[in-house]
Amino acid sequence: MHASSIILIVLVLAVTVLGFAAARWRSAGSLANMDEWALGGRSFGTVISWFLIGGDLYTAYTFIAVPALAYAAGPVAFFALPYTIVAYPFGILVLTRFWSVARTRGYITAADFVRDRFGDRWLELAMAITGVIAVLPYIALQLVGMKVVFLQLGGVFAAGGGTLALAISFVLLAAYTYTSGLRAPALIAFIKDTLIYLTIICAVIAITHMFGGWAGIFDAAGKAFAARPKPGTLLLPPPAYFAYGSLALGSALALFIYPHSITSILAAKSRTVVQRNMALLPIYSLMLGFLALLGYAGIAAGIKTTNPQQVVPMLFAQIFPDWFAGVAYAAIVIGALVPAAIMAIGGANLFASNIFRQFSAQRDSLETRTAKILTLVICLFALIFVIMITPQYAIGFQFLGGAWILQTFPAFVIGLFTRWFNPKALLLGWAVGIVAGTYMAIQTNFTAAFPLHLFGGTLVGYGPFYALLLNLVVSIVATPLFNAAGNTRGADATTAGDYA
Amino acid sequence: MKRTAWWNLLLLVPFVATLFPQFYNQLNPPLFGMPFFYWYQLAWTIGSGVVLAIYIAVTRGGTSDAR
Repeated sequence: MHASSIILIVLVLAVTVLGFAAARWRSAGSLANMDEWALGGRSFGTVISWFLIGGDLYTAYTFIAVPALAYAAGPVAFFALPYTIVAYPFGILVLTRFWSVARTRGYITAADFVRDRFGDRWLELAMAITGVIAVLPYIALQLVGMKVVFLQLGGVFAAGGGTLALAISFVLLAAYTYTSGLRAPALIAFIKDTLIYLTIICAVIAITHMFGGWAGIFDAAGKAFAARPKPGTLLLPPPAYFAYGSLALGSALALFIYPHSITSILAAKSRTVVQRNMALLPIYSLMLGFLALLGYAGIAAGIKTTNPQQVVPMLFAQIFPDWFAGVAYAAIVIGALVPAAIMAIGGANLFASNIFRQFSAQRDSLETRTAKILTLVICLFALIFVIMITPQYAIGFQFLGGAWILQTFPAFVIGLFTRWFNPKALLLGWAVGIVAGTYMAIQTNFTAAFPLHLFGGTLVGYGPFYALLLNLVVSIVATPLFNAAGNTRGADATTAGDYA
Repeated sequence: MKRTAWWNLLLLVPFVATLFPQFYNQLNPPLFGMPFFYWYQLAWTIGSGVVLAIYIAVTRGGTSDAR
């Protein structure tokens, strides 16, 4: 067995032990309490939150997909930078408000808030179901990221197309998430991100020495793009400007309304912790930018593959000694386990709190039991999903998930600032947005660029973003209509002071 | 408008700086061999962190976030 394989196994086992031990880490109350199991007791300070949220948002799949896109499509891959830059000024306005109202009212999901704010059970259900469905393919993509590494390692890891290794990793993941709740990924995130930062820093040092500095890497990439069947350059073609900007903006607006983002934000112990993290998390974006450049380094290294997703592991195998390649592979595998655990918890929270809600005296322990079992179900479902279908479909579904989660924006995000909308109008806007987003996704074969024909011109942009605009227009137009039709609104269970 | 509300405009800076590639889609001037398009966007990761840190500093006290 290669040194890289041994190091990978040792690190993954170490992380598993840590995952189980996390049950006792900083524990104050019983893990049967929903706040303790699902949100780590809402007790995380700036540093733990930084690792947890960063480990949650910058997933293993990102580490594989962004460089793959850079390798295959060039400059457009760098939309990942504006995307993860503008998410934070948006987050600092929205998430601090949400954190405060959630802390005061004890919410664990965005749908909890929407229910109280608009007093509408159907809207709550729409939010919850959208969240669960959007998060499932996202978990599946983490498995796709792991699979890429297992295939690179070959041997027993690649047995059955990597299925065995995937199944073992996911059973372990499900087991410690069940036992320790959010504390498991929070503790593992330290290891994950230490390994990731170490890998990226070493990779950047290595590639700039091996391929003639940045000038050499860009020179090689530029020549390769020019020589392709559809020639490209190191710059965006002007017609792609709007698609680039709208893709970045649309993705950024969706980022923090995903259930797993909500989960890791609500685990912060104070509003100040959330604020500080918005200023500190862009460090991860810088790392992501360098990671994207690894796609160009792959070109300079002469890597030829029909599956661009293999570029990063192939590059690591080429530039690192075998043992350190093992560290880098472990970084990707563990980098998949952390967000997968948080996503499973976030999805399970929605199910337990907003879909199967039990009104009983022991609501808390019942909810926790439901959520814990659902975590196992969600992990199993994601595993089957990845084994059964081709990665291409998993990516397509994840794109759809992004389109759908964005349709919860008006009720959740705008709802944090105003209650002007009629809940039935929001529900109608949501439905129209889901249908339009799905239609555009199918039309464009699950790619970002949808040509919108409007007033005789064509504007190529991010389909889900157009769907959101349509959703907003419908919600705005329908609100006075529903009001006039005497559609009664539920009461607002929150007060203005809850948001500060 | 409260003092805090005006400072919210500061949050628009990263949006304006990065969402319109027509303003930075160029090769020159390069930095360490990296075309402008690339290092400009990389630099804004740090830039937006600084903008947010300033925002937090100037709006403290405007909100009840002493918790």
